[in-house]
Amino acid sequence: MSTTQLGMPTIGVPRKGFFTDTSLCIGCKACEVACKEWNQIPADTSLKLTGESFDNTSSLGADTWRHVAFIEQKVPATDPSAHDGVKWLMSSDVCKHCTHAACLDVCPTGALFRTEHGTVVVQQDVCNGCGYCVSACPYGVIDQRKEDGRVFKCTMCYDRLGAGEEPACAKACPTKSIQYGELDELRERADARLEELHERGEEGAQLYGRDPEDGVGGDGAFFLLLDEPETYGLPPDPIVTTRDLPAMWKRAAGAAASLLAGAALVFWGARK
Amino acid sequence: MSPRRGRTEEFTSYYGRPILKEPTWQALDIAGYIFAGGLAGASSILAAGAQHTDRPGLERSAKLTALAAISASVVALVHDLGRPERFVNMLRVAKPTSPMSVGSWILSAYGPLAGATAAANVLGIFPRAGKAAGIGAGITGSAVATYTAVLLADTAVPTWHDAHERLPFVFASSAAASAGGLAAALAPIAQGQPARRMAIGGAAAEIALSVAVERSGNLSAETLHEGRAGVLLRLSKAFTVGGAVGLALGGRSSRGVSTLSGLAVAAGSALLRFGFFEAGRASTRDPKYVVVPQRERLAARQEAAVGADTMG
Ligand code: SF4
Ligand code: SF4
Repeated sequence: MSTTQLGMPTIGVPRKGFFTDTSLCIGCKACEVACKEWNQIPADTSLKLTGESFDNTSSLGADTWRHVAFIEQKVPATDPSAHDGVKWLMSSDVCKHCTHAACLDVCPTGALFRTEHGTVVVQQDVCNGCGYCVSACPYGVIDQRKEDGRVFKCTMCYDRLGAGEEPACAKACPTKSIQYGELDELRERADARLEELHERGEEGAQLYGRDPEDGVGGDGAFFLLLDEPETYGLPPDPIVTTRDLPAMWKRAAGAAASLLAGAALVFWGARK
Repeated sequence: MSPRRGRTEEFTSYYGRPILKEPTWQALDIAGYIFAGGLAGASSILAAGAQHTDRPGLERSAKLTALAAISASVVALVHDLGRPERFVNMLRVAKPTSPMSVGSWILSAYGPLAGATAAANVLGIFPRAGKAAGIGAGITGSAVATYTAVLLADTAVPTWHDAHERLPFVFASSAAASAGGLAAALAPIAQGQPARRMAIGGAAAEIALSVAVERSGNLSAETLHEGRAGVLLRLSKAFTVGGAVGLALGGRSSRGVSTLSGLAVAAGSALLRFGFFEAGRASTRDPKYVVVPQRERLAARQEAAVGADTMG
């Protein structure tokens, strides 16, 4: 089912993607702002302060298509008389534009579709607000706008891509932490960068969503992380739920048949 | 369940925040929809049996139950869409990868058949066609009663997905219990033996299978014991067992016992769906149900890879 990579174009425009190199992120949130501006996403006016470092957005959602995570880690001082140091991890999260996209697989209306760039986009005029994609996404990305009923998420700036522009977040990122381009090229670049960081002794450095063999067939938007995925609020080993769908339909057919057989049995020799 | 113990000790997360989004569905709409769909589907099966074994009282009550339940379930479904006017978009496409799309088509086959056979029965018209529709409703009804398990399991919601192998059987037996129970409550006692048997058999299977899911050893199965879901599922068992025992002992001899016990079994079935629904919701709120099993899976894979290396 999902192994057909639903809708993935085999010819034409090469697949586009994001490589987010978190080792370069300075937590400026320019991407969050540029995304909101370009896509005219409603502001969150609640102005809650979470107390979670500099993060008051907390997660991706219907009105947050780029989200910058802030993690403060204690670094024990080597000299016992000194104070412990603090290490910062910052990362700009986004929809992964999965190769096997659960959201797209389960959407009953066809509102979610695969674009010619290999990205995953919601057609807002078709979405009926059923919310199935919300429960299907293994990354907890897509969400419903309560007052509207429909779902929203990153489009990788579908309108800009069509005009040959890069997405707003990549354009706004001052450190090239967010890189946009052809996925194959980004993967090569990421491999080289990982090697460089490992040579420098960054042992925690790892690529996330880079592997086309992983549970979602690789992400169209992948990351270089400096710690384990869950530290950033990412699932360590996500699997597209529809991978098990053929097995589930078989079990359901078995259950339906048992129901019919059981019903035949209850009439067997029954008294009147 | 000892394998669970100590599994969550070293687990990091982002400020303890959930990784998954909580389902947007309302319990009353979706768990209610699943219950009503199961009741309708299994009632149609019962009605088909009744129409061919000459049990007119049972036939009529089961057909009317099916029609009422499927109407209620469609109302719940439409209500749950944030934009009900867009319900028709569901029939824009037929997508085998989407259980909701498949379900919409199953419903649009089943609904008219259940309606037609009930109408023919009540109005006393087109007896032949009415019976044929009754058979069709029974067969498609078996799909209505079970596809909802795939609907829930085909998500990233840990409790639902982890139960994907057993859930269709849990829902099928629970559907049988509810249809049998309601028919035992509504149909004439003299014709009600098949209904009572269906209620008792369904109840027994429902209990056995749902306990098997609860004891599966999956970390997410914890959510079936705790909080609101735990309460709902314990209540469900009490109603189901109490009702089934009542039907077995006094279902044949007493109208009152048959009615009360039948209703209790049906209530147990409804509580089961609400319990599973709530447990799934709870499993999306705590990141441990995502992180811990996925970490274990990764570790197992790495171990296997190392093992393969040393072998070579
Ligand atoms: S991350 Fe979620 S919303 Fe984005 S493509 Fe994958 S499944 Fe869909
Ligand atoms: S909420 Fe909209 S995009 Fe999501 S599955 Fe339903 S119809 Fe598709």
